[in-house]
This record gives sequence, structure tokens and C-alpha cells, in this order.
Amino acid sequence: MFDTRTGRKLVEVRNLKMHFPIYAGLLRRRVGEVKAVDDVSFDIYEGETLGLVGESGCGKSTCGRAVLRLYDITSGSIWINGEEIGEAGFQRLRPLRPTMQMVFQDPQASLNPRMTVSRIISEPLDEHTRLSREEKTERVFELMDAVGLNRDFANRYPHEFSGGQRQRIGIARALALNPKFIVCDEPIAALDVSIQAQVVNLLEELQDRLGLTYLFISHDLSMVRHIADRVAVMYLGKVVELAPRDALYATPMHPYTEALLSAVPEPDPTIETRKKHILLKGDVPSPANPPQGCNFCTRCPKVMDICRKVEPAAFEVAPGHQVACHLYSETTHETAGETAAIEAQESTQQGE
Amino acid sequence: MTDLPHSPEQPVVAAKTSRWRTFLKSDIVWSYRHSPVTIVASIVALVLILMAVLAPWIAPYNPFNPATLNLMDGFTPPNSNSFAGRYFILGTDNQGRDVLSTIMYGSRVSLFVGFSATLFAMVMGVGLGLVAGYLGGIWDAVIMRVADVQLSFPAILIALLIFGVARGLIPPNQQEGAAIWVLILAIGLANWAQFARTVRGATMVERQKDYVSAARILGVNPFIILLRHVLPNVMGPVLVIGTIGLALAIIEEATLSYLGVGVPPTQPSLGTLIRIGQQFLFSGEWWILLFPAVTLVLLALSVNLLGDWLRDALNPKLR
Amino acid sequence: MTEPVLSIKDLVVEFPFRNDVFRAVSGVSFDIMPGEVVGVVGESGAGKSMTGSAVIGLIEPPGHIASGEIRLKGERIDNLPEEAKAKLRGRRIGMVFQDPLTSLNPLYTIGEQLIETIRTHLPLNEAEARQKAIDLLTEAGIPKAAERMESYPHQFSGGMRQRVMIAIALACDPEVLIADEPTTALDVTIQAQILELMKELREKLGMAVIWITHDLGVIAGIADRVMVMYGGQVVEQAPVRELFGNPQHPYTRALLKTVPSVSGEREEKLAVIEGQPPILSAAPAACPFRARCPQAFERCERENPARVPVGPAHDAACFGDPATGGPRDV
Repeated sequence: MFDTRTGRKLVEVRNLKMHFPIYAGLLRRRVGEVKAVDDVSFDIYEGETLGLVGESGCGKSTCGRAVLRLYDITSGSIWINGEEIGEAGFQRLRPLRPTMQMVFQDPQASLNPRMTVSRIISEPLDEHTRLSREEKTERVFELMDAVGLNRDFANRYPHEFSGGQRQRIGIARALALNPKFIVCDEPIAALDVSIQAQVVNLLEELQDRLGLTYLFISHDLSMVRHIADRVAVMYLGKVVELAPRDALYATPMHPYTEALLSAVPEPDPTIETRKKHILLKGDVPSPANPPQGCNFCTRCPKVMDICRKVEPAAFEVAPGHQVACHLYSETTHETAGETAAIEAQESTQQGE
Repeated sequence: MTDLPHSPEQPVVAAKTSRWRTFLKSDIVWSYRHSPVTIVASIVALVLILMAVLAPWIAPYNPFNPATLNLMDGFTPPNSNSFAGRYFILGTDNQGRDVLSTIMYGSRVSLFVGFSATLFAMVMGVGLGLVAGYLGGIWDAVIMRVADVQLSFPAILIALLIFGVARGLIPPNQQEGAAIWVLILAIGLANWAQFARTVRGATMVERQKDYVSAARILGVNPFIILLRHVLPNVMGPVLVIGTIGLALAIIEEATLSYLGVGVPPTQPSLGTLIRIGQQFLFSGEWWILLFPAVTLVLLALSVNLLGDWLRDALNPKLR
Repeated sequence: MTEPVLSIKDLVVEFPFRNDVFRAVSGVSFDIMPGEVVGVVGESGAGKSMTGSAVIGLIEPPGHIASGEIRLKGERIDNLPEEAKAKLRGRRIGMVFQDPLTSLNPLYTIGEQLIETIRTHLPLNEAEARQKAIDLLTEAGIPKAAERMESYPHQFSGGMRQRVMIAIALACDPEVLIADEPTTALDVTIQAQILELMKELREKLGMAVIWITHDLGVIAGIADRVMVMYGGQVVEQAPVRELFGNPQHPYTRALLKTVPSVSGEREEKLAVIEGQPPILSAAPAACPFRARCPQAFERCERENPARVPVGPAHDAACFGDPATGGPRDV
């Protein structure tokens, strides 16, 4: 379990907003915006894995890409390794790039089909180092060994590999410049179940060996439970809950987190048939038109009047465990928090 | 007990084959071998191209050297001797020029103009298409509107327009030397839009893909991203349009030369020959028109067929 | 003894490819009883989707059924002419696919598509078909169904579209419903809604269901019986609790170990199945799993194991016994 109190913060995100404008009409006027990421803040400590979970449209992928400055952010600040990069331009960002890298979701689309494996992995070296050709080749081989790829295949093209192998190539590419921070954007979603385990094990092994810090974005809650130290749950552009892993899975506080966890089907028929799935009504609202007040008020099984009017602020209910929900504001904290904890304990007992 | 499989994974394709071998086994070569039309078309095209390229060495006569021309050779029918006693396999025209040799030299000009114009159109079109597709916004709007305008004019009209302008701008004594280049420019400017459109669409698709994002995360210069990552991946459709565009350019040049505004009379192309031959069609000397015309058709047709095959063959990915 | 509503015997599906042949399904046999939900589990390339497509008769040429029989309530349906097969689809066999966006025609309203299906198979006039369509949509959990009949597919969310697909599939009260990864592309909370819906509809209508998926959690929740497929064959088949509680085939055992869970014990390191699934081009002369099997022995190289009973209503295609690690006494 990662101890957040003594670790050094490698990544600090404060009030990050990514609003994409919507243009309509003949004159292409700006009629609104998609609030993909709406005032998100979190820290990632050196050496830990922060899991970022949520369903489609919640903004987790956009958040990951914004943190690496693949987009120009609408507002907010991003600190990586002590450098503020939220406002930085292309020239200032370039020397900082080697510190932060990404592993992508689609193994097919994330590799240039016209480049050999060796070329793909050595491109970072071409761009940022002055190594000689022999040194680069040696480094490419080193990286291929580290991710479990046979050196003989360095001159093959991506389409000659399976999905799991392509993902390994992507990981090797991400490691080429010895980054400190890697954003993994749904890295196993496109892989078969038995290959997923291989890739996740590899990522963990590399983290131990090289002291990497991960932002692990995924909709697969069971996999995130395995790999993450702390977990943030996103809904419609906002972080609704952020907690150490065990606390989140054992005692989820936010009603959305509860629903999310209860919806995941367990690979065990004895649990599944007895499990009470919390069913959310309706669909996710459009991020271009979020509801007034709390984003979740239209579907929340525990909604109160105040939820429809006032947006809840993040509140720390336990050390390292924060929730953005009116059930847990200053005044109602004690009673609501206790009730929730008791309820959660009851349901886990029933499930066993 | 078998060994536990802990060795690194094997690729899906067998190891240790050379690049050439892999190419020979690919889908594209297979489809070539199984398409008789394509094989014939490629042979015809190859023969015609070789004939044109090697003309100065293999043509039986030099038809444009006035010193060797003899009016007594004129109007000789095919496969016979002239009044002066020389043999002409395809006959001669009104001035005693050997039709076969004129075709060979004429094809040279036609192909040179055709290739150059298409190359020009390709470079211009691909370049503008990449910029429009990658940068989007105002660049895209402007470039595509210009392309739209160009596409709404018939190519011949655009070429005539450029010709007219050139004729006005270039001093008369240089006009003949510059004629070929003006022609290439004219046909190129008439044909670039098709490349631009296709490349723009393909670029917009590739731009979204994660390998481009990976390059951006690396901090690669956008211009280099275009050349290194996007361009190789949008070239497929460009090759197809290129071959069909080549056929088109050859025909356009022939048309312009036929109309008298193309190549200068000292460097006749197949179009010029057709114009010359047309005068004599109804007076009985059919061979002066027929052979150049057939050559033109064969050239354009074979290149077109190759383009068709290429389009179908590139359509699952080359493996 | 009740007759099975669907019966498949020794099904082989092949795809000719240049001079070679790719065998997607390699000798699959099973029966489906009326009213039961059979889960078919396997990874990509295992042949589970192809088996489903074979039953509906929707295999893309040049793929074809090379041999074997498929019987619906005793009558053979695999060798029928295309017209007869088309009559079966929708009427007696319903289907729900993974991606509702490509399954629905974007140019027609969903009302039009529903009514078309209903009127193709049932002798109802326009008004009656319309009313039935509205009833079906309401049953499928779509609010304000009468209004939404006029909407186009792209105006629905993913979960709603899948409900529309289910409504269309069940429009004519089919005897068998084939669902091919229907919730794979959906968010987990929407998936929970759809699973709940399927359970309710099954209670009400009593059709048999073949649920094809790679998600073991979904299978655990919805299936009565499970078939595990690998390399184009059925490698294990059992009632759902028996399969999860007492898996006998090494592949099933390994698969269950690689899947992490949301509650219960947290694994420190995920178990892994090394290697990759096979690509077959002929009837396998050996066990397709032997290259990745932790307890393969030399008999596995020589023969392809047939399914043998290993428990109550439970069979597995394996020569080995996981309890002892050695060959099974048959």
C-alpha cells in the first residue's frame, strides 16, 4: 500500500479544464462547449500507480492526454517533476518530453504500419539523443529484452505481430528515454483476456525495476483493483471520489462508485446470483449540457434537493479519501459517513 | 512432460525470410499473377515505354532530321518500299517521315510530358493535401476552395488559359523552347486537385491515429510528423490516382497538341501526329492517322488498366 | 425426455484463403434445451462467434459449413436454401449482435425497422404491427416508446440501441435467441441494465438463449450452462456452478485464474497463460491447447482428445486429470 504521506509528488494537477467548443450553423459560430474535463485536481506520488476509472464519456482519456499536453488546456495548471507545463509552448515543452510518455489503447493504431519495430522504438532516441547508430541499436535490443520481445524481430512490421506483442512494442517505445511518468490509456482494453494478464504483469514488473510512476486509465474496475495504489473515479468530467485502493473497493462512499462497483459482474456464480446490483436509471447526460448542481443528480439513487442546486465540493472523509457528494459535507459528514460505512460492510458480508 | 513455454513469443509469420521473398508471397503479387488482363496491360505498357525511351537507338530512321528526309519516300503504304527504294514497315507520311519512327519519337514526347505533368500535379497536390488535412482550419478552407474551383473547370480549358497567359508573358523568341515546360505546367495545374482532395481526406484520418499522437508526445516537429509518419501512410491511393492521372495527362497533352496549342511542331507528340494524319484520312492514306492513334489508345488503356488493378490490389493491405 | 430446441452435431466451418483453408470451427456438438441459457465462452479466434453465425446461416462467403448438422426442433436447417433460412431468421431464431450501430439501418427510423420485421414474419396489418412495436419497445425498457418510434438510430445512446435490438430480436417470439457479445461494447452500468432486462424477458417469454461472450463475469450471472471453446472446439461443458467451482480442463482452469475480481481476495500477481491461441488449417491431429498447457504429456501430441464425462452433466476434452496431474482413468 503506497504511503502518500512521505512520498514526493511527481505530478500535480490543479483545476484542469478541457472544454471543446461546438460550432454550428452556416457561419460556424460557437454555440456551446463540451466540458470533457471540468475542474479536476489530483496528485500522483513518485513510484505509485494512480488508477483513473469511469465509463465512456467521463473524460478520463481526455484528462490523461491533457496532462501530457497533447492538447492545449482550457485552464488550470499541471506540474510534472517540478515544472509547470500547463501554459508551456512547443519549444519549452520539447526538452521535458522525455520525462513523460504514454502507452496507448489500440495496439494497431498506435504503431506506424510503415515503420519497422526497430525504427519505431528508436524514434525517441533519434529525436532526443545523440547516440551513434550502434548505441541506438544496442538500446533498442535492451528495450526489446526488457519487454519480452525476441531481438530477431527488430526488422519486422507491426502487422506481423499479435495484439499483445504490439502493445509490448508500444511499451518499449515509451521506455526508450527513461521517463519517470507514464500515462497508460486503456492499455489492455483491446486485448484478449489471457493476454491482458501478461501485459499487466509486465507493466508492474517494469514499475518495480525502473521506479516508474503510472496514471492508469481504464474502465475495467477489476484490473484497476489489481494494479493501482490509489484510485480516482470520474463522472461527466469531474472526479467524484479519490481514495486508496482498498478503501475505495471495500467502502465506496460516492453513490456512483457504489453503483459502478456493484454493476461489475463477478466471475463467480455464487456471488453473482446473490449480488444486489444497483441499477442506475436512464443515460449519462451530455457533457455539452451537464445538469445544474451535482452532475450525478439525474441518476443518483440517494439524490437530495440540495444536489439539484449546488455543486458538491470535494471533501476529505478519511485520510487520503475524498468524495464530492452532499451526503458528506461538513455538517452531514458524521452521520452520513457512518451510515454508508455500515451499509457497505453489510453488503460485502452478504456477498461472501 | 513437455517444456513449459516460457520462451519469448513467436511472430505470426515464419522467421528468416528476406524482404524480396516476403514481397513475392504478398497478396499484391498474387493478385497480379492471377489477373491476365493486368499482365497483358503491363507488358503492353512496358513495351511502349521501352520503345519510347530507346527511340534514338532503335528507331529505323530519324524522322525529324531534314537532311535525311526525301519527298520521294512520301505516302508509302505500310509494309512496302517507297519510290526511293527504302523499306517502311508502317509506311510514311506526306513528307516522307517513317511512321514507325515518328510514333517512337512522338511517344517519347507524349510520355515525357505526361510523366512530368503528373509528377508536378502529384507533388503539388500531395503537398497541399497534407497541409490542408493536418492543419485544418483556414488552411483547409482556402486550399479546398481553390481545389473546388479548379475541379469545376474542364482540364483543357484551364490548360488553354495558362497557355494564353504564357504566350502573353514569354517573349516570342523563347516561346518555342519554353513550350514544353508551359505545357507541363498547364496540365499539372489542371490535375492537382484530385490528389489534394484524396490526400486531405486520408491525412485527416491518419492524423487521429495514435501513432501520430505518440510522435506528438515525443515533441516531434509537426512538419517532420507529416513527412515521416503521415505521408507514407497516405501514398496508397496516390499511386492509384497517379497511374490513372498519367493516362489522363497523356490524353490531355494529345488533345492540346491536336488543337495546335501543345508541343511545338519541331517536337511532335502523338497528338501532333494525329493532327497531321487526320488531313489524309479521307484521301486514302489511312496509315498516317491510324498507327499513331492506336498507339495513343494502347498507351492510355494499358496505364488505365494498371491503375485499376492497383486500386483493387491495394485494397486489403499489402501483407 | 424433452427434445432439444437446437441441436448441433460435428459442425465444421471453413474459410478458403488463397491455396489454404482456415478452419474456424472444428467439430462442435451440443444441444440446447428449451428455456435454458447457454453461455459460450472463449477468446477471439476460438470459433464461438462463427458457431453462432452458422446457426443463423449468416457466414460470409467464401466461408461455409464444410460438414455437420444443425437442427431446430429436429428439422435440419443448415442445408436449407437461402429463402427458407431467411424465413427462420427473426421468426424462429432471433439475434442480437455486438454493435447496435451497424446492426440498425441509419436511414430508417427504428419504428420502421421494427414494423418491417414484424410484418415480414407475422400476418398483422400496419396498425396492429405498430401497436406491437410500441409494446415491445416499452417492454424493452425504452421510455415514451410511442414517441421514440420516430427516432433514428443515431439519436439513441448505446444502451438504448441495444434495447431496440433486443426488441427487434424478440418481436416474433422466437424459440432461440442468439446473442453475440451483446454487452461487450457497453459501459458496465449499462451492461448491468441490459443483463437485468434479459433475465426479466427470459422469465416472461421462456426462449432458449445462446449467449456468446469472453466475459466470465457476465456468464456467471446469466448462464445456466456454460461451454468453453478453444481452437474451434468445445473443450469443456458444465452447469455454471459446476464449471466455476470444479473446472476440469486446463484452459478453463487457467482462464479462471487470470481474471481478477472486484471483491474477494486480491491477487498479488496475475496468473498468465503463456503463448497464443492457434490458427488451424485442418482437423487438429493433436490437442489444440497442448502448446500452452502446463500439464501436457505425450499422448496430447498424438491425439485430439474427445469430450469425456468428468462430473455431473459435466464433460471436458482432455486426457489429463487436474487432481493428479497425470492421465485420467477413463
